Amino acid sequence: MMPAGILGWVMAASCSAAAAPIAPPTPSMFDPMGEPASIILNITWLLIGICGAIAVVMFTLIGYAIIRCRAVEGDDREPAQIYGSSPIELAWTVIPLMIVFVLCMVSARGIFELELETPPEGATEITVTGHRWWWEFEYEDLGIITAGELHVPLDDNSVADMFLTLKSADVIHSFWVPQLGGKTDVIPDRINHLWLQGNRAGTFVGQCAEYCGTQHAHMLIKVIVEPREQFDAWVATQQKDAVEDPAVAQGKHLFLRTSCINCHTVRGTVANGTFAPDLTHLMSRSEIGSGVAPNTPENLREWVFDPQNIKPGCDMPSMKLTRDEVDLICAWLETLK
Amino acid sequence: MRLAGDSEVSTLETPIGPATGRPPFLSQLHEWVTTVDHKKLGSMYVVCGIIYMIIAGLEASMMRWQLAWPGQTVLTPEEFNRLFTMHGTTMVFFVGMPILLGSANIMIPLMIGARDLAFPRLNAFGFWLFLFGSILLYFSYFGGQGLYGMGSAPDVGWFAYAPLTERTYSRGHSTDYWILGIFVAGIGSTATGINFIATILGMRCRGMTLMKMPLFVWIMLVDAILIVIALPPLAAAQIMLLFDRLLGAHFFDAQAGGSALLWQNLFWFFGHPEVYILILPAFAYVTEIIPVFSRKVIFGYPLMVAATVAIGFISLGVWVHHMFSVGLSPLINAIFMASTMLVGVPTGIKMFNWTATMIGGKIRFDTPMLFSIGFLCQFLMGGLTGIFLATVPFDWQVSDSYFVVGHFHYVLFGGLIFGILAATFYWYPKVTGRMMSETLGKWQFWLLIIGFNMTFGAMHVSGLLGMPRRIYTYQTERGWDLWNLLTSIGVIFQIAAFTLFAINLLHSAFKGRRAGDDPWDAWTLEWSTTSPPPAHNFDEDPVVYSRRPLWDLKHPEDPDWKYE
Amino acid sequence: MSTAPMTAYPTPPEALPQDGMSNGKFGIGLMIVSEITFFGTLIAAYVFYIGRDINPPYPQDVLEVSIAPFKVLFNSVFLLISSVWIWLAVRAMRKGRMGAFIFWWALTVVCGAEFLVGTGMEWYDMIVNDGVWIGTNLFGSGFYTVVGFHAFHVTMGLIVLTLILILALLGHVTPRNVEKIDLVSWYWHFVDGIWIVVFSVVYIFGNQAIT
Repeated sequence: MMPAGILGWVMAASCSAAAAPIAPPTPSMFDPMGEPASIILNITWLLIGICGAIAVVMFTLIGYAIIRCRAVEGDDREPAQIYGSSPIELAWTVIPLMIVFVLCMVSARGIFELELETPPEGATEITVTGHRWWWEFEYEDLGIITAGELHVPLDDNSVADMFLTLKSADVIHSFWVPQLGGKTDVIPDRINHLWLQGNRAGTFVGQCAEYCGTQHAHMLIKVIVEPREQFDAWVATQQKDAVEDPAVAQGKHLFLRTSCINCHTVRGTVANGTFAPDLTHLMSRSEIGSGVAPNTPENLREWVFDPQNIKPGCDMPSMKLTRDEVDLICAWLETLK
Repeated sequence: MRLAGDSEVSTLETPIGPATGRPPFLSQLHEWVTTVDHKKLGSMYVVCGIIYMIIAGLEASMMRWQLAWPGQTVLTPEEFNRLFTMHGTTMVFFVGMPILLGSANIMIPLMIGARDLAFPRLNAFGFWLFLFGSILLYFSYFGGQGLYGMGSAPDVGWFAYAPLTERTYSRGHSTDYWILGIFVAGIGSTATGINFIATILGMRCRGMTLMKMPLFVWIMLVDAILIVIALPPLAAAQIMLLFDRLLGAHFFDAQAGGSALLWQNLFWFFGHPEVYILILPAFAYVTEIIPVFSRKVIFGYPLMVAATVAIGFISLGVWVHHMFSVGLSPLINAIFMASTMLVGVPTGIKMFNWTATMIGGKIRFDTPMLFSIGFLCQFLMGGLTGIFLATVPFDWQVSDSYFVVGHFHYVLFGGLIFGILAATFYWYPKVTGRMMSETLGKWQFWLLIIGFNMTFGAMHVSGLLGMPRRIYTYQTERGWDLWNLLTSIGVIFQIAAFTLFAINLLHSAFKGRRAGDDPWDAWTLEWSTTSPPPAHNFDEDPVVYSRRPLWDLKHPEDPDWKYE
Repeated sequence: MSTAPMTAYPTPPEALPQDGMSNGKFGIGLMIVSEITFFGTLIAAYVFYIGRDINPPYPQDVLEVSIAPFKVLFNSVFLLISSVWIWLAVRAMRKGRMGAFIFWWALTVVCGAEFLVGTGMEWYDMIVNDGVWIGTNLFGSGFYTVVGFHAFHVTMGLIVLTLILILALLGHVTPRNVEKIDLVSWYWHFVDGIWIVVFSVVYIFGNQAIT
């Protein structure tokens, strides 16, 4: 009913988003952090302008009718019957057609600008695999496989281009980080590509946008855009095998004896499952269960004890470990930095 | 409610006992079960639709309770997923469809001066298939367990994207109930659609050429054609899915070369016309109501007919706009963006014509007119956000977000449900012989305007802030708290409004003011017979000379046929 | 409504009755339209999957387009020619020749039954000898769904045809029923027409080596 009101909300919301402190900012499309998101936002402003104008015209006409064309008490005569008017009707057929034409031209240009077949120069290429219910990120050039958190470096022009290859391991998901660009679906029998861009250091969040089953709500995506040196340091860490620490060997052996290893990989050990997130550098990530809880020692213990308590329906079962066994395993997991 | 077919309502309204001289309950029930009368079947459709509307509304309220604050645990994720699946499926197939079929059932023969539909028994068949289909869907709450105790009601979303619906990901029988329930109801709807077309084309009274039909009938004709064309593809797609699930076929099985996108194409080839099938009846209602309460003839009748037919045609060629984010080529995206925006043109024509009808009129603000104006304003908003969503780059941001949820609720709730409410207030006197309460109606209207805009307006903002649809919880860091709280608070107003509506429906059935034949001083044929109409509708076969036969009768000095 | 306008007022033009086709023709015609969109969807899915199969056997390994008795071409000829018989039957009925009607009608039933038997034998051969069933691969899923739904429609038609034949033999069908009998023949023509499409798609267009 109130276009101006809705517009006001959006403005207020994007301002508050811009002012957000340490936590990742609200993933608002009105707070773009790169070219794709900016192109979309510009088209959005055009849409708001045109549709806003149409709304103003229509509400004025309706408002005029409501205020000025009321029945008067005691006046029983019927008003003049007007059956139609060809020029007027022609006008409101042709003018909308022209508006549609202009909108189509402008937006079609946006489509061709945004849907890239090949990576832009200098882009980080990452293969994204959607799983129920977490994201796997593979940097094939760098030999890194990680989950949930995507690291990309800023180049000399302070731009971080990423070109994603999207695959699904099971059902349809959708990859969406609003501040970096639009979304693209992740489909099992199809390989899609997506160009995103960040233009300043920071953490940008998004989540799966296509309903994919019980825990669709917990498929967090964190994109960490960072300066080159920081990224290189991260890469160096990720490329190493798991840390060996004799102090926690007991926990490691326990882990390798249970069926954990059927699904999880810990490089440098016999664990090489691929159904679940790679744990080689588990502690370098800030979230457990794809955003269901922060990665703290207490949460990790609760998670390993019974994931179904924290993320009901997820594919990881409770391993029926005792609290002591959980402590041992978690003590080892906490060394996997 | 005197024509209500539901047994509960019948019990309420049928005092049993010899004192009233009425037949006992069982024979009353027998009459309703065996009836082939279009007015009784139509009333049963509408009553069932309203009951399902209350059920599906309560399902939505549960979801809003869960989402009112971040991190709530009112519902488990599985329960939440079942609720939104059932809410969507029920609202589309068992609220929108029966109410449109019911209203068309009651009104088409009355408006074209016919005795009944072309195939009265097929009509009854269609109704009972609808009812059993809907019961089959809800039976899944008890029967969906399957051998392994998996699941209960379906939790795959109302468009049931493969491969989530394959046996691997959806165990138990819940999805089979979803398929079969809609399949059965769909056959009934197709049969009824055929019935409507045959009736409209073959049974009009003397003088009623196609271009003299009330616009209601025109719009329902296009609607019925869309039903006949669009529903069988859904049935075929569901058969394929059912064979996948029960016989081990591979249509949507990605491991064997099957395609997830095929389901999307087939579903939306049905699904998008379906959206127009649902909204066209709302157009039909307000196109009848606005002229009567503005006291003016509809502006631009031929253009309205053309726009309706154009909407029907274009709606068959826009389905890919539900799939802009699946990674199709830029060219395909651009083509379907153009076709989608094009549908805005005939829709815009209708908006302008309705407004032009009001301008220069002498508007009476009775409840049906209030809801029609509510429809105009809110449908306008929904239509404009539709233009937003048709724009592919913008769609890449907000598809599958709460912006979309807000958008289609503005269309289907702010449009269709407001249209249905307007139609209920408008035709209730014709069907029952009694007026609904204007006071309660106006309270309901304002409560609903507040609640509706609060709930669904705020949803647009959550979507723009990055909130995907169908998540059972969210974290406070995302900054969506305020908008979700507003959305949920709006629900309280809506519950209040619909409670008043239910009270009004039941109360007016007994205590409402007697309506007389023509309480609104209207112009179409249904107002020339008694309220409620006799079983044979008209004592004499009507003859018409213009689009507004009752206007001719009331103004013999200045009849319509001189200007058409 | 029907009250004539008073003389002082303008007289309306004459109102003509609005008679179109009979309701039955609309009904059957629209049912056929909805059936066409139903089959259209199944066939579209079949065409979409041609050449996308990952697992053998492929159609060209299994489907045998042969005119030999009870092979598909042979069956098709029987089904298609039955359209001629049913047309002759309706024509005979219009002329009031009930004996000829029963003869041609019975011939239609026989031809339709031959088609079903032939389809059954083909299926038996494919399931038992070639080991292709609906769950084998995409081709199996598509083939049994499309051809199966067609055979299902033939079966439905055959049941109706047989009932009418029995009623005719008992003398309950008279030339007065010709309009209804004609509508049944519409349905039968539709079933034959769909077979031409199914046959072309499944046995010819989709029956080539994958490039």
